[in-house]
Amino acid sequence: MRYEAPATAKAAAKLLLGAKGSAKILAGGTDLLVQLRSGMKPPGLVVDIKHIAAMSGIKKERGGFRIGAAVPSAVMGENKGLGKAWPGVVEATGLIGSTQIQGRATMAGNLCNASPAADSVPALAAAGAVARIAGPGKRRDIPAEKIATGPGKTSLKKGELVESIFLPKRPPRSGDAYLRFIPRTEMDIAAASAGVNLTLDRKGVCTAARVALGAVGPRVILSAKAAKALIGTRLEDSALEGFAAACSAAATPIDDKRGTKEFKTHVAGVLARRAAVIAYERAGGKP
Amino acid sequence: MTKTAVSTTINGDAAEFLCETGETLLDVLRDRLDLTGSKEGCGTGDCGACSVMLDGRLVCSCLVLGVEAQGRAVETIEGMAEGETLHPLQQKFLEHAALQCGVCTPGFLVAAKALLEVNDDPSESQVRYWLAGNLCRCTGYDKIVRAVLDTAKDMRSARA
Ligand SMILES: Cc1cc2nc3c(=O)[nH]c(=O)nc-3n(C[C@H](O)[C@H](O)[C@H](O)COP(=O)(O)OP(=O)(O)OC[C@H]3O[C@@H](n4cnc5c(N)ncnc54)[C@H](O)[C@@H]3O)c2cc1C
Ligand code: FES
Ligand code: FES
Repeated sequence: MRYEAPATAKAAAKLLLGAKGSAKILAGGTDLLVQLRSGMKPPGLVVDIKHIAAMSGIKKERGGFRIGAAVPSAVMGENKGLGKAWPGVVEATGLIGSTQIQGRATMAGNLCNASPAADSVPALAAAGAVARIAGPGKRRDIPAEKIATGPGKTSLKKGELVESIFLPKRPPRSGDAYLRFIPRTEMDIAAASAGVNLTLDRKGVCTAARVALGAVGPRVILSAKAAKALIGTRLEDSALEGFAAACSAAATPIDDKRGTKEFKTHVAGVLARRAAVIAYERAGGKP
Repeated sequence: MTKTAVSTTINGDAAEFLCETGETLLDVLRDRLDLTGSKEGCGTGDCGACSVMLDGRLVCSCLVLGVEAQGRAVETIEGMAEGETLHPLQQKFLEHAALQCGVCTPGFLVAAKALLEVNDDPSESQVRYWLAGNLCRCTGYDKIVRAVLDTAKDMRSARA
């Protein structure tokens, strides 16, 4: 296993592209090292991205935030401006593992590991986050939810890597929230999860919504139907009931040790409803 | 296999070692540098027995490659006491009988010290959440949490 720690994204892309055998990107290593330990064939090349300046910070940009791919979630949690604008995204990444894991785990790694239960992914999809991809050619921007294509699989081509994730500028009266259900109170993987991102008008009527469900399908589920159930409402009980039903209808979970299909389908609706109420209050709406 | 030469700082002192790229920082500390205070409970980030500070951040050394230590600062349990003088947390762990077999203890101490550096007045639930990545199969946690809260109290009044 060859280890390289290039200083630029271009150099990283070149190393990945030129690799003869398998090559892996190393961000926080909290997935990669566990996989190596559990018997994955060691890649011929590991490219550590933590020495790339453009990937190492959180920057304000056009009223939004650009988060470098090598930024660990602990650093996101300490950024007050980010937490104020995007509390749902920050709480989702803040749920990843323990304090020790937080010191290393990145949002881009969470996205590219492509686990259906990845906590930051529904929050990113609800936020309308955009991943910037660096590679051998020109940089390109794609919606965060287009990275994972199925369990452990991504749409990235050989030589490509996520350089940063952009969270756009918020219109006034916007809020987001993320909730998950885990069988324990800490340190577990989601059985179902939901991210909700809303914008309200002056009267507290929802004018825009994005709703994403996690762990209830092979990849994140962005439900336009569920979002529609909130738009034009003040999240009255009747609207929330329809919304929860739409979320449950969108869920396509499997039976496993974390719960049955029926359970996860129901819980997806319950979590989405609760997350919608939190997002509504964060946007300044009065319940 | 050719090994990689790594220069790093451990507990404030310059250190150099040779390791294979696949070796974890925990393996390097224990097997190459004879710093056996950090323990391996799981090797997969779940138990926290291998906790160290890396450039001022609490991490699991079993999830860090040895080669990643190049040019960085590592602090381990071996750097916690000053000579014969125990760190206040170590003293309190003894007083509260917050350890039995002791395998988890270095990790708990390193993690608790990191907490008190950022928050000198944590609530019980803050202590419990901060230490959720440190597992103990002996004590039932309560004595550990008491020891940490008691240390925080003493450290605050010493400062006042
Ligand atoms: C004890 C423990 C608890 C955990 N708890 C949770 C949890 O509660 N919720 C959760 O969602 N996850 C959890 N995880 C999984 C893991 O911590 C997260 O998925 C984390 O976000 C991965 O980030 P990383 O930077 O460590 O990724 P790495 O391990 O460095 O990388 C993960 C994968 O993504 C690829 N990759 C990394 N960065 C890039 C990039 N910039 N471009 C392209 N590909 C890239 C890597 O090659 C690798 O295949 C846990 C892990 C552990 C060990
Ligand atoms: S040995 Fe590192 S977390 Fe258990
Ligand atoms: S004292 Fe034995 S594991 Fe904690």
